[in-house]
Amino acid sequence: MSVETHAHANGNGHAHDHGDHGHGDHGHELPFWRKYIFSVDHKVIGIQYTVTALVFLMFGFCLMMLMRWQLAYPGQPMPVIAKWIGETAMPGGVMAPEFYNQLGAMHGTIMVFLGVVPLAVGGFGNFVMPLQIGAPDMAFPRINLASYWIFLPGCILMLCGFFVPGGAAQSGWTSYPPLSDLATTGQTVWLLAMVLIITSSLLGSINFIVTIVQMRAKGLTFWRLPFFVHAQLVTAFLLLLAFPPLEAASVLQLMDRLAGTSFFLPSGLVVSGEQLKVAGGGSPLLWQHLFWFLAHPEVYVLILPALGIVAEVIANNTRKPLWGYRLLVYSVIFLGFMSFVVWAHHMFMTGMGTTMSTFFQTTTMIISIPSVVIVTCMLMSLYGGNIRFTTPMLFATAFLPMFAIGGLTGLPLGLTASDIYLHDTFYVIGHFHYVVAPGTLFALFAGIYYWYPKATGRQMNPTLGKIHFWLSFIAINFVFMPMFFQGMAGLSRRLYDPTVYAHGRGVQELNVVISMGAWALGVSQIFFIINFFMSLKNGEKVLENPWNATTLEWAAPSPPGHGNFLTEPVVYREPYEYSVPGHANDYSPQFVAEGK
Amino acid sequence: MSDTVIPYMVKPHPVTGIPNGKFGIWLFLASEVMLFGALFSSYVLIRSGAPHWPPEGGLSSEILDVPKATFNTAVLITSSITMVLAWASCKLGNLGKFKLWMGITIALSFVFLIVKYFEYAHKFELGHTPAHDNFYAIYFTMIGLHGVHIIGGIIVNTYLLTWGSKLWKTDSVHFTNRVENAGLYWHFVDLVWIFLFPSLYLL
Repeated sequence: MSVETHAHANGNGHAHDHGDHGHGDHGHELPFWRKYIFSVDHKVIGIQYTVTALVFLMFGFCLMMLMRWQLAYPGQPMPVIAKWIGETAMPGGVMAPEFYNQLGAMHGTIMVFLGVVPLAVGGFGNFVMPLQIGAPDMAFPRINLASYWIFLPGCILMLCGFFVPGGAAQSGWTSYPPLSDLATTGQTVWLLAMVLIITSSLLGSINFIVTIVQMRAKGLTFWRLPFFVHAQLVTAFLLLLAFPPLEAASVLQLMDRLAGTSFFLPSGLVVSGEQLKVAGGGSPLLWQHLFWFLAHPEVYVLILPALGIVAEVIANNTRKPLWGYRLLVYSVIFLGFMSFVVWAHHMFMTGMGTTMSTFFQTTTMIISIPSVVIVTCMLMSLYGGNIRFTTPMLFATAFLPMFAIGGLTGLPLGLTASDIYLHDTFYVIGHFHYVVAPGTLFALFAGIYYWYPKATGRQMNPTLGKIHFWLSFIAINFVFMPMFFQGMAGLSRRLYDPTVYAHGRGVQELNVVISMGAWALGVSQIFFIINFFMSLKNGEKVLENPWNATTLEWAAPSPPGHGNFLTEPVVYREPYEYSVPGHANDYSPQFVAEGK
Repeated sequence: MSDTVIPYMVKPHPVTGIPNGKFGIWLFLASEVMLFGALFSSYVLIRSGAPHWPPEGGLSSEILDVPKATFNTAVLITSSITMVLAWASCKLGNLGKFKLWMGITIALSFVFLIVKYFEYAHKFELGHTPAHDNFYAIYFTMIGLHGVHIIGGIIVNTYLLTWGSKLWKTDSVHFTNRVENAGLYWHFVDLVWIFLFPSLYLL
């Protein structure tokens, strides 16, 4: 480390490894582990994040597919798979309630913290953002490396939870005390893993902000940045400022669990008929405030990069500029600010008082305005366009109504009166899954199909892509649409056996439909997995700019080498100059000077 | 392929006026403010919800060791001054002076930790562990986390004093920037203590 100079060698020629410094050793090949495993290249790190996140998305989804058996056929032994899981978790092939709770908690945690965020921010942010701003790499390549290598042990630690006595965390992804304070060892593992994951995203967000502010190419002013970069910038600020309170909360809960403090344990708590022997005086509500202070901005961390991807894909495939680009940017910044003052709308039922509830109800209604502005801008962008229905565009177009359903069904939850009825029912599950699954995940799929040629130099197979899209699109609506009806019938979200209540039995048939939908969705992903790997070898080879796009990443070779660009890029125009009247091409790239 | 040169590693960016590292450290400190802010908020919430504070009666200033903490406050403030002097020596091109002041800074950090150790040990002797009540829980958690930050600072400063200072020969400006960034962090850790001391020991 010590002899390193500011001419920071990236990937090639790390002088400090050899003890001699200078630029003489740039030519030689790096060993495999420096090039692909402990690489400082933002593209390699981006791909590492992407692959890790995709694996965890599949894993988290598998946990849910197991749960769907219990929900569809409560108390019936599970065929075949039960034997692999073992007798403790599945006595006699029937899922134990504790195991069901573990699956639920870990599904949520894995999907949010190990799946969607690492893919949207760690994956796409790392790979695409520096290319789009014309930078040779991130501002701090080694911090970027550290960020991934703190994240991965965090993920592995999270999985280790399944193997400690008592199994993984069971208190839901929200880990509400006092239950989580008293839960088995798995909860401690969960907290430690979260501390690692939070630290990783903290390092990442610092890197992102510095890179975007300091390292834009010549001529790339803020109003010439692609919308995706704006979205990543706001996301990075949310991660930077919202995650530390959860880190603090995790530390407090760890103290409760390991040092016997009572931050979240009130006085006189009775557990299993006996008064708990702790000092008491703590507040379970404190955890909820700290948790949701993170977790509401977290919702926007999930959605903003997705909006960015959809904007890129829509502009490219409608062959016209984004409608209201500046409006989109203002909205996304406003969303970022507002997301810090809406957290307690998750807590209307806690009895925190009507004044608080009214305040948070008002801010929640206000935050829906920029979201609607964004969706409207994107719909207006479609209007009058000569749309190319490529695979990424299919996913991006489907995103709009799916995200709209998810967003609009959130309004009744943001109003205190209707939330009292709908709180913690399957309606809530339907609402936020519409935002995150057919919303964000569809946008992320669009992103994978859109930037795959940039990362690999080959196109993904369009036929398999379209099969993947249509099957997923149909199946996913069978999964989440019925949940609204179940929720309105009053079915609680965390029931192990929904048929114990009469109102649950009335909507039990829908559970079978949902489970079938979920398994069909699982099968549909096989087309994606096959496509993802087959296209590495068999995909159609592409040049720099296969989509005839305008933003800077398409100026670099596919795949880009170290340092990204062959010549230093210069930016001449705004990001989405498609179909400019009087031009021979229907696209005028940012990196091409006028008249060329 | 050519090697990658990251722009503005040393030179300030013409618009923001600072190099990447300094920008990064300010962002990091912003997140640290949120971390300690959350802990201070938790402290306020738990304290305002308690019928008496400290719960076992008495006054915080009687229960906690104010003389030791006052001494430690002086130690930390002094270490902030020596940190600035270390940076100033770099600016003046005097590596020898830098090593002296940085050495004193690190020594003072150890003094702080040693005093802290005796303070904690005494509390444990009396059976005042974090589990005793929420007053001690807050006291141990917040000051413990601050102590972890002190240790982090010692590691960074020791690196700059020893292996890190080799950078001086090849790029003294870059090295001076690093010292400045470490200094910014150190002042922040100092500042947190300035808040912790009155709000835990005196109020």
